[in-house]
Amino acid sequence: MSAQLTSKVAKPEGSDKRLLQIIGYLFLALISLFCLVPFILVLSSSLTEESSIIEQGYQLIPAVFSLEAYKLLFEFPGQLLKAYAVTISVTAVGTFVGLLLTSMTAYALARRDFKWRNKFSFFFFFTTLFSGGLVPWYLMVVNYLHLKDTLLILVLPLLMNVFYIIVMKSFMAGIPDAITESAKIDGAGDFRIYLRLILPLCKPALATIGLFIALGYWNDWYNAMLFITKQDLMPLQYYLYKMLGNMDGMRKAMISSGAVVDLQIPTESLKMAMTVVAIGPILLVYPFIQRFFVQGLTVGAVKG
Amino acid sequence: MKRSGFWSDLVKYRTLLLMLLPAVLFFIVFAYIPMTGVVLAFKQYTYDGGIFGSPWNGLDNFRFFFESGQAWQVTRNTALYNIAFIIVNNVLQIAVAILLFEVANKWFRKIFQTMLFLPYFISWVVVGAIAYNLFSYDFGMINVVLTTFGMDKIDIYNTAEYWPVLLVIVSAWKAVGYGSIMYLAAITGIDTEMYEAAEIDGANVFQRIFKITLPNLYPTIIILVLLAIGNIFRGDFGMFYNMVGNNGLLFANTDVIDTFVFRALTSSNDIGMSSAAGFYQSVLGFVTILFANYAVRKYDKDRALF
Repeated sequence: MSAQLTSKVAKPEGSDKRLLQIIGYLFLALISLFCLVPFILVLSSSLTEESSIIEQGYQLIPAVFSLEAYKLLFEFPGQLLKAYAVTISVTAVGTFVGLLLTSMTAYALARRDFKWRNKFSFFFFFTTLFSGGLVPWYLMVVNYLHLKDTLLILVLPLLMNVFYIIVMKSFMAGIPDAITESAKIDGAGDFRIYLRLILPLCKPALATIGLFIALGYWNDWYNAMLFITKQDLMPLQYYLYKMLGNMDGMRKAMISSGAVVDLQIPTESLKMAMTVVAIGPILLVYPFIQRFFVQGLTVGAVKG
Repeated sequence: MKRSGFWSDLVKYRTLLLMLLPAVLFFIVFAYIPMTGVVLAFKQYTYDGGIFGSPWNGLDNFRFFFESGQAWQVTRNTALYNIAFIIVNNVLQIAVAILLFEVANKWFRKIFQTMLFLPYFISWVVVGAIAYNLFSYDFGMINVVLTTFGMDKIDIYNTAEYWPVLLVIVSAWKAVGYGSIMYLAAITGIDTEMYEAAEIDGANVFQRIFKITLPNLYPTIIILVLLAIGNIFRGDFGMFYNMVGNNGLLFANTDVIDTFVFRALTSSNDIGMSSAAGFYQSVLGFVTILFANYAVRKYDKDRALF
């Protein structure tokens, strides 16, 4: 589990090694910058004065620095705060319940003495091979479950994922059977064993999968696009999507948040400020959670 | 005794079965019941009749889908994009992983990895916003650069020809961190004795990479590529939709099955045809993934999906 991605290669000495180091640093620096620069561009665009963008376009270094876009966002934050509240609550509830169900399911499937575990595994796995497609699923949610415009439909579709169940199951399969066996002899029930003994041993896997689930919820806009029409129920990413495509809508949202009617909106810098606000929290926690993602990927790669 | 086997098992495993119950219900409601909805592909959908009460219309939905000329276009686009993504992404990820492994300075390796992994963490909506920032005709960074060098502006959002290249770049950008870490993990697992032996034999670093690292990665590469081929008819809806949206000018080069089905459902409300297209995709996907799994199984039984 502990993914020590450290190179065991000796320090460079010969000329071939030096050449490889030069190629390596150049290439990696180039690709890394390529990954990073767009973020800087969005940030500096959001800090550029609107008239400067209109005249000269988006720039890597603001020609005229301005906090106007952010001022506007935070002066009338009504809709934005609602979107944040929706995303945070959906993420919190979904991650908690999702982790609980994923680990519970994985534990039952990981128990070697459970006769039907292969049948159940296939029952779950088959859903990744064949699906009814978007249309029946959509009609099911809207016409039969009547979940359109509810917070529940933002939580439910991402709650469980066969891949996470499999990763969790392979992690649990690494825990010695003796733990379950001896607890059973002591008279502990299956659920108790899972809750008291197995879960604490699964902390690294829980952290990794929990973060994957949480990231999925945080970044979800698809379910909102399909099922949410009420502005008050829009999660952050979908709110951003709406605002990017529809500046008139943004003006209305500003007005409904208390801005004056004939407000001059710096649309271009505002789009980028909205984007920054939508990624912000992720980038803030990113340095601390990256490790867990690396662990999770490593488990997935090794155990398939 | 024999007759009671099932019932006694039921009692014996009652707690485990109860623990499985929520997940079973979840997949029944969100996967298995919708699967039965594929019948819609053969029906003339009416709101009152719903999924099961609507009248049958045979293959009319499919005829409409295939005769519209769209079926071939979206299938071709989906497959070609995925093939391009598989090739470009894997080559880039493997190169990055090998170089990350070879780079001597730990601190730099961490910095590179952190930057490379960044795009993985943002939603496709944000990627769409970044794309706008770069590609917009009036304000986009690319056009700012072009005009600075005295060149003509390019109208990316109105020119279909640019998009295959752009989408391949965007896909590589988003996936490079994720994939290279997977490959890096596989490289880290290679027995170091092989490297030491090669060093003693006087192999230079490039020989070491091409004669040891790469051959040792082949199993991982083959498995990952085969599995990706299994999903070749599944388009990445989030990417295509947020990059292109409903910009019909670009569809010839950017429309994939998933975006087509989505539009048929939401804009033209053509339930029959969108179910037919969805069903077509599901069957196509099912067959290719079975084929891919068969290939994986032949190659390495333990890595097969089932």
